[in-house]
Amino acid sequence: MGNRTIKVETLTRVEGEGGLYIRLNGEAVDEVRLEIYEPPRLFEALLRGRPLEDVPDITARICGICPVAYQMSSVHALEAALEVTVSPEIRRLRRLLYCGEWIESHGLHMHLLHAPDFLGFDSGLEMAKQFPEEVNRGLRLKKHGNQLVDMLGGRAIHPINVCVGGFYRLPTRKEVQKLIPDFEWGLNAAIETTRWVASFDFPDFESPDCEYISLSHPDEYPMNAGVMKTSSGDTIDVANYEAEFEELQVPHSTALHAIRKSTGRPYLLGPLARINLNRDRLSPSAQKLADEIKLEPVCCNPHKAIIARGLEIIHAYEEALMILRDQPLKGKSRESYEYQAGKGMSATEAPRGTLFHRYIVDKDGKIVEASIVPPTSQNQAQIEADLKQWISHVISKDERETARKCENLVRAYDPCISCSTHFLNVKIERT
Amino acid sequence: MGKPKLGVFKFASCDGCQLSLLDAEDQLLAVAEVIDIVHFPEASSRLESGPYDIALIEGSITTPHDAERIQQIRRDSKFLMTIGACATAGGIQALRNGADTTEFMQAVYATPEYIQVLDQSTAIAEHVKVDFELRGCPINQYQLIEVIQSLLAGRTPRTPKHSVCLDCKRRGTVCVTVAQGIACLGPVTQSGCDAICPSYHRGCYGCYGPAAQPNLVSLSTQTLKAGDSPAEAAHRLQNFNVSAPAFHQESQRLTDQAREQN
Ligand code: SF4
Ligand code: SF4
Ligand code: SF4
Repeated sequence: MGNRTIKVETLTRVEGEGGLYIRLNGEAVDEVRLEIYEPPRLFEALLRGRPLEDVPDITARICGICPVAYQMSSVHALEAALEVTVSPEIRRLRRLLYCGEWIESHGLHMHLLHAPDFLGFDSGLEMAKQFPEEVNRGLRLKKHGNQLVDMLGGRAIHPINVCVGGFYRLPTRKEVQKLIPDFEWGLNAAIETTRWVASFDFPDFESPDCEYISLSHPDEYPMNAGVMKTSSGDTIDVANYEAEFEELQVPHSTALHAIRKSTGRPYLLGPLARINLNRDRLSPSAQKLADEIKLEPVCCNPHKAIIARGLEIIHAYEEALMILRDQPLKGKSRESYEYQAGKGMSATEAPRGTLFHRYIVDKDGKIVEASIVPPTSQNQAQIEADLKQWISHVISKDERETARKCENLVRAYDPCISCSTHFLNVKIERT
Repeated sequence: MGKPKLGVFKFASCDGCQLSLLDAEDQLLAVAEVIDIVHFPEASSRLESGPYDIALIEGSITTPHDAERIQQIRRDSKFLMTIGACATAGGIQALRNGADTTEFMQAVYATPEYIQVLDQSTAIAEHVKVDFELRGCPINQYQLIEVIQSLLAGRTPRTPKHSVCLDCKRRGTVCVTVAQGIACLGPVTQSGCDAICPSYHRGCYGCYGPAAQPNLVSLSTQTLKAGDSPAEAAHRLQNFNVSAPAFHQESQRLTDQAREQN
């Protein structure tokens, strides 16, 4: 066998557009490129000069699947620049909104994008013919997530109710309580869903010495606050983010790659990283299920991220129910602020991992500089590193089969390409 | 005759509009019964080439490659419909039109030469004939389903062209401008969202683009009287539909006015 390339022109069941290019020399892997050809949209440049109040509305448009994450990192960073502290009630409502996005985004990925890989279907819709109960349950979970974001955010895609300081208006008690019966059903359904995905046949593959990184908070599962923890035992303050990580441009991608400066190595963000680092802070039902299905304390099999997503959905339902049941809905809907020149940074946990924002604002409340580091661009280098190892497990004469298995692995990370350019198609080349 | 074939295509965008289709959870499986979704990379690995009976286009044209890709999709499609502000007006990324794209690229990328982009982000209709435009950032999923259903039934898709104000009245929302003096683009913005923002106590920021025959000059006159600077009034029109002709023209006029004042 000589040199050859394997290509996937259009990666499917991922958010955004990209391809995969693999060059082989016999059985040895020469090169793996995750090619993100999604056109750049230049958000950081077009935010400059705008009033800071526009930022949550505009950054939401980076991604239709995780707009809440963009809004949350934006408002936290801007509040840091303005030295505004929000009330505990607003903070709780923000977590509630985040629960909605996790349920919606994870529900979508698990049922319509990822599960078909394990069961041999091209799409969730096709899978629905043989697994109607499971797919319908998944769609219902996803819908609950949307209903929650809709109630609190005004609409499910690109919520309109989020602002610097809090919310334009607080939901009414009636709006909040209306969701409780559905969410009670949903918590049990999420447990069933997670048991179901945990029963899939997972390839025996571990990501070689991967460093997992996520936010971590002493008494809550990380979502909208905390310090960054790493599986190698480091703690990084969000304020030092830019000192610790480096974004590099590579010729084959419109998304920047990220590495840790101290090690020069890639790292992984996202649900698996969060569970590995914060399992003891999952909600009681999620922890119980993780033990029941015997999930490894540190799980390094990227294919199992679907289980991590399921556990996070359980957590999100349980936490949401708690807030829905006793949210006092008192006080101001938002904190007022005065303009002041300053710099603010924040990181929150988007469904796909830690999302970092930094803004410099002037004394008139205008954006001077914006920097946004989405999770997928940070995960890219690790995905390429894992693919290099994975290929030796799946290489066969049947190129389509090899390409398909490579694509399966890429999907396990739930890459969000629109965010990262702010991805996918597999090409394998044998030279 | 087999089921009509639907293709979903993405250009520069956030995926929010095509997600609206997947978000129609209750109708999704029913839609899949009557329509053959043959090309929808976000949802399926089975990708068929054309011809397509209906093509849904999300996103704007921002690269030389995409300018060619849309031509092929047009040739392959019987009925081509754009979904969302990106596809119908160039989207938020059209804020770079008129600015220095090279400088924008340098602000984001260390080696901008690796990436080919056009100076302008343009609507699909500037490149090919479009049979129907669905507005919004994002589109409304019920409108999308209604349009698909009407196409299947062979009637012309109907979506309202009136302004957001009318929906405020219908919902019984107290006008935020009248009651609280909050600036609102509702009078000049096309409905379709069910007037969400005012019901959350904020002004409309125009994400559905201009309504039919909007009187923008009159609205700016009001906001200027209420104390806005021309630059602020211009900024308000410069977001998701910045390149929609009516919004573009008025924001230019206000920008010129701001320049004269300085
Ligand atoms: S119009 Fe808005 S929601 Fe639709 S793709 Fe463009 S940015 Fe996303
Ligand atoms: S709040 Fe805005 S959209 Fe509603 S009636 Fe007033 S001006 Fe019109
Ligand atoms: S009120 Fe205006 S800005 Fe708000 S969702 Fe409707 S059209 Fe968009």
